[in-house]
Amino acid sequence: MEKALEGVKVLELSLLITIPLAGECLAACGATVIKVESSARADPGRNYVPNAEKKPGLNRCGFFAAFNANKYSISLNLNHPKSKEIAVKLVSWADIVLENFSPGVAEKWGLDYENLSQIKPEIIMIRASSQGQTGPHAHHSGIGTMLQGLSGFTHLTGWPDRVPIGVSTAYTDFMGPYYTVMAAIGALLYRQRTGKGQLLDLSQYECGLSFLIPSLLEYTANGKVPERKGNLCPYAAPHGVYRCRGEDRWCAIGVFSDEEWKALSRLIGQPWAEDPYFTTLLGRKEREKELDKLIEAWTMTFTPEEVMMKLQDAGVRAGLVEDGRDLHLDKQLSYRQHFHHLNHPEMGVCAYDALSFRFSKTPAQLSPAPCLGEHNELVYSKILGLSDEEFTQLLVEGVFE
Amino acid sequence: MKIEPPQGDPGRNIGPFYQNIPHPERSLFWFSYNSGKRGITLNLETETGKGLLRQLARKADVVIDSFAPGYLASLGLDYPSLAEENPRLVMVSITPFGQKGPYSEFKSCDLINLALGGLLYICGDADRPPVRITAEQSYLHGALQAATAVMIALYYREQTGEGQYIDVSIQEAVLRSTMVVQHFWDLEQVVQRREGDKTFRGNIATRVVFRCKDGYVAWRIFTAQTGRRTKALVDWMVEENAAGELSQVKWEEIDMALVSPEEIDKWEERFSSFFLLHNKRELYREAVNRGIMLYTVNTAEDILNDPQLKSRGFWKHVEHPEFGVPLVYPGVPLIYTEVTFGIKCRAPQIGEHNKDIYCGELGLLEEQLLALKQSNII
Repeated sequence: MEKALEGVKVLELSLLITIPLAGECLAACGATVIKVESSARADPGRNYVPNAEKKPGLNRCGFFAAFNANKYSISLNLNHPKSKEIAVKLVSWADIVLENFSPGVAEKWGLDYENLSQIKPEIIMIRASSQGQTGPHAHHSGIGTMLQGLSGFTHLTGWPDRVPIGVSTAYTDFMGPYYTVMAAIGALLYRQRTGKGQLLDLSQYECGLSFLIPSLLEYTANGKVPERKGNLCPYAAPHGVYRCRGEDRWCAIGVFSDEEWKALSRLIGQPWAEDPYFTTLLGRKEREKELDKLIEAWTMTFTPEEVMMKLQDAGVRAGLVEDGRDLHLDKQLSYRQHFHHLNHPEMGVCAYDALSFRFSKTPAQLSPAPCLGEHNELVYSKILGLSDEEFTQLLVEGVFE
Repeated sequence: MKIEPPQGDPGRNIGPFYQNIPHPERSLFWFSYNSGKRGITLNLETETGKGLLRQLARKADVVIDSFAPGYLASLGLDYPSLAEENPRLVMVSITPFGQKGPYSEFKSCDLINLALGGLLYICGDADRPPVRITAEQSYLHGALQAATAVMIALYYREQTGEGQYIDVSIQEAVLRSTMVVQHFWDLEQVVQRREGDKTFRGNIATRVVFRCKDGYVAWRIFTAQTGRRTKALVDWMVEENAAGELSQVKWEEIDMALVSPEEIDKWEERFSSFFLLHNKRELYREAVNRGIMLYTVNTAEDILNDPQLKSRGFWKHVEHPEFGVPLVYPGVPLIYTEVTFGIKCRAPQIGEHNKDIYCGELGLLEEQLLALKQSNII
């Protein structure tokens, strides 16, 4: 099968999500991606949750597996003096180096762009960090769960009468990976035309802002500071999340036109739904709270799956609010074969996510996330060409720890 | 090149609007996602319109569409038809659930994309319904991942000369931003729930949002390897005589799993009182100076005033000649050292580049352009 990125070589110095997920995406599309860790400095994502059978272990963690499929993993002790010659070989091999340590860390190991470009002038390096490599706050470390405060998501999520809450994931980590892949390929195509490599500096904070442009323009152009509004939408009513039968079961509903309301009210079939007041958007908006309560009284008599199917059949926008379990039962995800069940040497068979896009000619291919140092021999001997003697010598000296 | 129907893209009717005057040429929402493009109008439901689209596709590297599945095929303008004209063409379709499958015909909106993508369930207060971010997100996940796929396909095309078709599902794009919700169920049969202003680490919930004098800050207790981050804050509190019992805690050594929830509450109460003595800017300044992992919960105003973004030249003044003043836009989130890129110009007005493109590039005569306009094809 054809691979879109056949022959593209990527070296990944990374942890947690932003760069790992970028590397995972490149690798799924056919690039050869080598992730460098060491036993003393394994990706901290290997120590997170969840774990296979709830037993922690560097090679058992679902968090790591989720963002590191399809890659080769090598261990290299960058504090060992002899690691330098190996690092030089790795950089000479690579087209692209991806890096997301805190600013300053790569410099400490001599892996900054200046050094890399001396080894290989046409190298492409992408450095991702919380706030970029320059500016007064470049060195202020951060993680995505809290960085979303800076990016404006926290302020804009929650109920007007309560504290803002944000999204309970490292939300700003999920834009950077794709910008990184785009930038990497853009730079690669540029290099094919000009022969020139380059350094790219990505800020996760700014990536987050790219998902709030209208809210920022509302302030810069109109001077108005946008506020959180629960689930309200200014031009739809009802528009919300309604409790259904079962424990913590919900269905999202959005009515964007009078026709959609007509279909919904016919389906509900109760006298209140015939209230002429509700036939117009302005009427529904004016009595939105009351309307929400009435709709919820109706949805609570059904499961959310039933509400979704009834409403969709009638041409009304509705969707089950899926929890972690629902996602694995979702008929559409299953039709698209979103989850790949791959056998990992220590974790056993577990679910891996497909990319959200399907190529007609070069389908992505998934393989399980690597154990720490799983590909040492393959990478050091086959790819870098160390002789058996050299490999054993360096191994004994602890260079590959 | 953005192709709109003759009456304009419906997205032009979505607010906010410049100076709050609702008008298709004043939608800040539309400006946000259409800057740097040229714009033409074209009625694809006419034979003439279809012919013009085929001509344009012959010259294009990439076609992007977000119509309901099957619509372009019904017009004879789907990928196989366009690729006949141009085998190097890369085409990407972005829809809520993908081109085929049991939900592919479902009607959707941002809230529903987030619901079926698994992100909505984990957002919100535990005692209230799941809640979305008050700004459309799902389409942006789909758009960003689609753009990524296009780059990958373009790379392949540069090597092989072959275009291809890409089918993007917004639901799957959203699902990839939920972190590990799906894996918690798969590996541990645990359903991750919404936590309000708290976050769970294992079974321990700690607060991540705290009130301060003039707003909120994002911070949480770190211990063990990152305990020095908490200690840096406590050291500051000691200087201001506000640390109390917190100064006795060995932040770099303790294991949060062994601390009782009551104890954690007590600590958070003490930190909380300290934050209330200071405003956002003071807290953030000290956080940066002292290595405390604290961030401001920014409003749009705070973001515009952030010295970090200013220093990186993030904001761009984009000319809007009709308004007489430039508008300030957020820039692109990365800096290239070899090339400059970013917003070139404001979004196009309806049909602004009809003449440039139809006459200048497709070689139509001006009288033909007039005929197209009068027959409502452009």
